[in-house]
Amino acid sequence: MTRDIPAPAARRRMPQSLIAARNIVLFLTRSPTSLFGLVVLALLIFVALFAPLIATHDPYAQNLQATLQPPSPAHFFGTDELGRDIFSRLVHGSRITLTIISLVTVVVGPLGLFFGTVAGYFGGKVDTVLMRITDIFLSFPSLILSLAFVAALGPSLNNAIIAIALTAWPPIARLARAETLTFRQADYISAARLQGASPARIIWKSIVPMCLPSVTIRLTLNMATVILTAAGLGFLGLGAQPPLPEWGAMIATGRRYMIDSWWLVTFPGIAILCVSLAFNLLGDGLRDALDPKQMNKR
Amino acid sequence: MRLDRRRLNGIAEQGVSIFVTLFGLLILTFVIGRIMPVDPVRAIVGEDATREVYENVYRQLGLDRPMWQQFLLYLRDVVTLDFGTSIRTGQPVLQDIARVLPATIELATFAIIIGAGLGTPLGVIAAVNKDRWPDQLIRVISLMGHSMPIFWTGMIALLIFYANLGWVGGSGRMSQFYIGMVPERTNFLLIDSALAGEWEVFRSAINHIILPAALLGYSSSAYITRMTRSFMLDQLGQEYVTTARVKGLSRRQTVWRHAFGNIRVQLVTIVALAYGALLEGAVLIETVFAWPGFGQYLTSNLLIGDMNAVMTCVLIVGVIFIGLNILSDILYRVFDPRTR
Repeated sequence: MTRDIPAPAARRRMPQSLIAARNIVLFLTRSPTSLFGLVVLALLIFVALFAPLIATHDPYAQNLQATLQPPSPAHFFGTDELGRDIFSRLVHGSRITLTIISLVTVVVGPLGLFFGTVAGYFGGKVDTVLMRITDIFLSFPSLILSLAFVAALGPSLNNAIIAIALTAWPPIARLARAETLTFRQADYISAARLQGASPARIIWKSIVPMCLPSVTIRLTLNMATVILTAAGLGFLGLGAQPPLPEWGAMIATGRRYMIDSWWLVTFPGIAILCVSLAFNLLGDGLRDALDPKQMNKR
Repeated sequence: MRLDRRRLNGIAEQGVSIFVTLFGLLILTFVIGRIMPVDPVRAIVGEDATREVYENVYRQLGLDRPMWQQFLLYLRDVVTLDFGTSIRTGQPVLQDIARVLPATIELATFAIIIGAGLGTPLGVIAAVNKDRWPDQLIRVISLMGHSMPIFWTGMIALLIFYANLGWVGGSGRMSQFYIGMVPERTNFLLIDSALAGEWEVFRSAINHIILPAALLGYSSSAYITRMTRSFMLDQLGQEYVTTARVKGLSRRQTVWRHAFGNIRVQLVTIVALAYGALLEGAVLIETVFAWPGFGQYLTSNLLIGDMNAVMTCVLIVGVIFIGLNILSDILYRVFDPRTR
């Protein structure tokens, strides 16, 4: 019995969630700012997927005869101090950026949701303990805490991702808890409880879906900060290590040649700015799209 | 303000929560310090010390004791404000930090003046013109400030305003030429040079601080603008605003005197929190501008693995943050009559 019933329900729900997703995308394309965000994000994913096809050169290939060349048809964004093609390095760097974003999201979203909903649903001592822990993490600026973690773990791209993930979950947990508190006393939760549903089932089936919209918005807005933190760590030499074409690290090495060769730092910086801005604009747009209060006003 | 029982309870509760947060902070820095890959004994005795010397120092640092005893030792050191010596400078860490912190405070204060001065009016204008072009424009401007990698903007700004246009001083707190000319009394260069009557140095200092402070201020104005806008929208939607307009008050007076007057308290707390967040930007911008402050001290010690210095810096940042949170809480209570 339990096997058969969810299947048709799930089949019916699938198209519905697709329709919802389509509606959200349609809503986003109506505002120029969130459209910009969508386009940049789509571009980032596209470039990352097809990086080897788009790049004109090998991102690691050195050519000491052609160092510090200004932008030209042969090298769209010029070459760096080792004669590597900056355009190709940027293109391959998008893969690193996308990896950082997806890994951090995969860790931070579920972790924050779990702690937040559990704290909010059970309340009392569980709540106090969990929220104290988030408070401690929140009492640091995220970059400084990531710095400390990376210092402890040793500088590398993976450790930078771990450090960022460790510092990025508390705001999500706070948010999920606040949302949970508003539903906890709702009638449908009591109904589920009276039917004998276990706390785990109630949290998973009834509370988590209600928290998802606001958590998604927050995660999107957070991605902008994550990108800046990752780039900052790379810039300080604590994130991705050379010769990896991480954008922040590229700026750090380009700094020495900045005065005579402006293209070394300019293009990676514009790339970081665009992606981070795109996430901020997208998060802003999503807030309007998913907020029912806003929808009614329109 | 009568101190009744409920109020006392509230204060006690807050005291406990601050204490618990501080304690957690100490556990966190202790744990980070222990898992650091740097061998603290080697860092002190050097690479070619004899086994005997090594063991001696090992025992002196208490590393042979169980973890909880080590933590108690750490607690004792913190309570007595003994944070050890920095391996790089050979000076007590606390003394080092006291020397570099004023440079950062000077920078952050300048930045917050710019940030609040820019962010508040922009937020009010955005709220008054909600969904019209000024609102959209301000939204993009402030999101830009929020999205820019500040180390990169710093470099580009140096390239344009210093290298090409020559409008401002370059990196550092003053021109090389003036270093050592002013007696260090407070370590706040602007105050020191003014006290000594060295106006040339003062001008050089202003010239050097203006660019990094403007960039930091711009990045923090994003947050201030956003919050001001949402506070103002709350106020403008209320009935007293309509009443004021019906009564015949001008639009400007309604907005600035009545609505803005009501959000001042919230704004103060926001600015206090933004001030703390500037410490984060300072780490990166100080590296770019060779600003001899707290951020540069932290990163340079990080890169060579000077554990004492790094952990103390992290602890201090945490304490400053908690302090600012408490301060904004207190300000809120003092200025908002409804919380009494």
